[in-house]
Amino acid sequence: MKKFTIERAPAPVWMRTLLPIIAIPVTFLITSIIILLDGANPFTAYYNFLIAPLASKSSAIEVLVKSTPLLLTGAAVAFAFKGGYWNIGAEGQLYAGAISAAFVGTILVDVPPIIGIPAMIIGGFVGGLIWALPSAILKVKLGVDEVVTTLLMNSIVLNVTSFLLNGPWRNPVSMWPQSPEIQPGTMFPQLLPRTRLHFGIILAVLVILITWFVINRTSFGLKMRAIGLSKEGARFAGIKVNKTMLTVALISGGIAGLAGAGEVAGIHFHLIDAISDGLGYSGIIIATLGGLNPFGVGLAALFIGLIDTGAQTVSRVMGVPVYLGDVVQSTLLLVTLSLFVLQNYRIRRVK
Amino acid sequence: MHAVEMKGIVKRFADLVASDHVDFNLEKGEIHALLGENGAGKTTLMRILYGLYTADEGQIIINEKPVVIHSPKDAIKNGIGMVTQHFTLVPTLTVAENMVLGETAGITLNLPALEKKVAEASEKFGIPVKPQALIKHLSVGERQRVEILKALYHDANVLILDEPTAVLVPQEVDMLFEALTRLQKSGLSVIFISHHLNEVMQICQKVTVLRDGKLAGTVNVADTNLKELANMMVGRENFGVKRQGQRERGNLELKIENICASDKKGLPALKDVSLDVHQGEILGLAGVSGNGQTELSAVLCGMHKITSGKIFAGDVDLSHATTSDVCAAGVGRIPEDRHANMVGELSVAENLILDQMNNFVKNGIMDYAKIQKNAEELIKSFNIKASAGDRVRTLSGGNMQKVMLARTLSQNPRIVIASQPTRGLDVGATDYVRTVLLEQRDRGAAVLLLSEDLEEIMALSDRIAVIYGGRIMGILPAHEATAEKLGLMMAGSAA
Repeated sequence: MKKFTIERAPAPVWMRTLLPIIAIPVTFLITSIIILLDGANPFTAYYNFLIAPLASKSSAIEVLVKSTPLLLTGAAVAFAFKGGYWNIGAEGQLYAGAISAAFVGTILVDVPPIIGIPAMIIGGFVGGLIWALPSAILKVKLGVDEVVTTLLMNSIVLNVTSFLLNGPWRNPVSMWPQSPEIQPGTMFPQLLPRTRLHFGIILAVLVILITWFVINRTSFGLKMRAIGLSKEGARFAGIKVNKTMLTVALISGGIAGLAGAGEVAGIHFHLIDAISDGLGYSGIIIATLGGLNPFGVGLAALFIGLIDTGAQTVSRVMGVPVYLGDVVQSTLLLVTLSLFVLQNYRIRRVK
Repeated sequence: MHAVEMKGIVKRFADLVASDHVDFNLEKGEIHALLGENGAGKTTLMRILYGLYTADEGQIIINEKPVVIHSPKDAIKNGIGMVTQHFTLVPTLTVAENMVLGETAGITLNLPALEKKVAEASEKFGIPVKPQALIKHLSVGERQRVEILKALYHDANVLILDEPTAVLVPQEVDMLFEALTRLQKSGLSVIFISHHLNEVMQICQKVTVLRDGKLAGTVNVADTNLKELANMMVGRENFGVKRQGQRERGNLELKIENICASDKKGLPALKDVSLDVHQGEILGLAGVSGNGQTELSAVLCGMHKITSGKIFAGDVDLSHATTSDVCAAGVGRIPEDRHANMVGELSVAENLILDQMNNFVKNGIMDYAKIQKNAEELIKSFNIKASAGDRVRTLSGGNMQKVMLARTLSQNPRIVIASQPTRGLDVGATDYVRTVLLEQRDRGAAVLLLSEDLEEIMALSDRIAVIYGGRIMGILPAHEATAEKLGLMMAGSAA
């Protein structure tokens, strides 16, 4: 009788960088089943998903617009994960950044952009940081699992937003549940006329570059990488694990907060309930796909931005639900994670 | 009649021969000790018998019939039960539920009937357990009884106990021994893995001693004594590296005063330990594994808190120091578990500067050119077979240890804490590590060497202390220390 054994044999390093790319066709194969069930042709669907958005200039720019917050939430999550802090709360930190930015944007009456824009950036960063603070303190002081607390903080901020929009911040003119318009001096400038592409993408690219530099070139980066890879090893070498981890958690929250500030200052110009709709959770997918490397995160954010844009095209052209985009994203995450695990093993036949 | 015969068992793990043509015979109804130092191959041999490993060569015969054992399931079918050091009970289930875990057929479970059966078994074998009790509410000793009953419940007539007393307090040990003696009378055969000589003498009829994966001999307990067993256990090999005579020692450098500490479970692990280490000497700390060495090393490395006592490095009080304080005080550390105490996924170059980052940073930015140069120099001077960019995880044990040595010793520490520095290393790497430690002593460092390898302790140390049950049993100058004396102290007799 022939038997098979599974043995531990990690794949070579080059294979690891290829995994997210292998994951894409596998994901499409799996999600084809759902598309078929919906009575649509998978090939047409994937054409509309991946190619059609890039075919026209306006929709290609829309991909960049969609990618802007994703670059930031992806960078936020990757930064935290790299430092061994499992921040699942980018969604909530984004909301907190958006609330804080909307507040800053309404009180700074008649300021020039040179003051207004930095104020919005700082406002967003601080908002996200504050929202990351309770979970981070619980983690380092009491060892409470940050996966749970950051996730719970997401629900809280959604309710806070709802309260603000239906209570004190309800637009006095329209009575819509949206905050008052922010001041012109605090709006992010448009990069191209008649598009929604705004200064936020430059900010996002800067953040990607800075996080790469911090992670790979500074002593703080080496400390956080060491902690992320082995807490005991880092502690043995005299690294202050708790202090470093706290800083990582707060910076991560701040970066996610920037995504919220960008959506307020560059897209909506006020706070609304649906300002994110899962951008923070997509950040987790992007960070994973990008292998926690900021440059990888950049590519992954563009790809997810493409899928998000494509999902709308597919929905419009073929009449399938727009949620297909979410299904593809989630499947992609699961496939990538599975591949990361499976690459450590090989199957061998024994006699 | 033999209950179990194991003939010519060979098991290799990569280059390491964990079991080298070992023969082992177990008579029906005897308690047979398997004695040896850590890494001697005791557990490997029993894991083979229980089907957790498959032997590369050799034969297993049970009740005069050759058998093939590929899994614990096969072993249980052949009447073999094993209680490992780490219990395999589900804490949130009851005793009775744990007994039948994985054995239940169908979808319903008649719990009252099951509990009655377990209670009957408990009575029959004379092992008191409460069938309805949740495992998580039981003490370690009670859990062990459940494990033993579980094996008996599945009709084991050979019971393997892997260091059963390691986790028990003395009263529980007495209870265990009573139960074993009773079970033996009813025909059970027991294999008792241990490295505690006293226990072996107390409860076993026969002893098989393993050393470095080889059979050192099988003797009747009645025909032997502690000294002979100690000798069989540690052997008589000559090492290439040896200390050259006594040296004039310098000032007191490391002072440990009456320290106490608990282990991870909160049980006392160090009891009133005091040691002095002077400049230019190696103080060896001998002892069987699990007698407090791990905790002592962790305490001195800044990784573990003491509950009372004082530690001084020169004038610096390190009693409640963090790892960074310990580094700053000039204490070089070679830890017991080099895998856990390095960052395997980081490069050799990065690991080499991890505990002295400040020397390689300018305004918060790493000076990678300097880091690279440092790595290349240390790789050369410590003869590390790797390049600076390799991940440490990919290195062999010997090279990994050399990285640790290079990192620690290149900073010229005034105190060196070396814990099991040659464990798992091949002969060449072992000799190298020992040479380097002697160099440190000759340079004037105060070296504390914790090792379970008695030969190593005797070859390198100027003075030898022995730890047993978390207490220092005595300190002997090297010229007075013989293997017999030390062996007895390691087994718990005072000097």
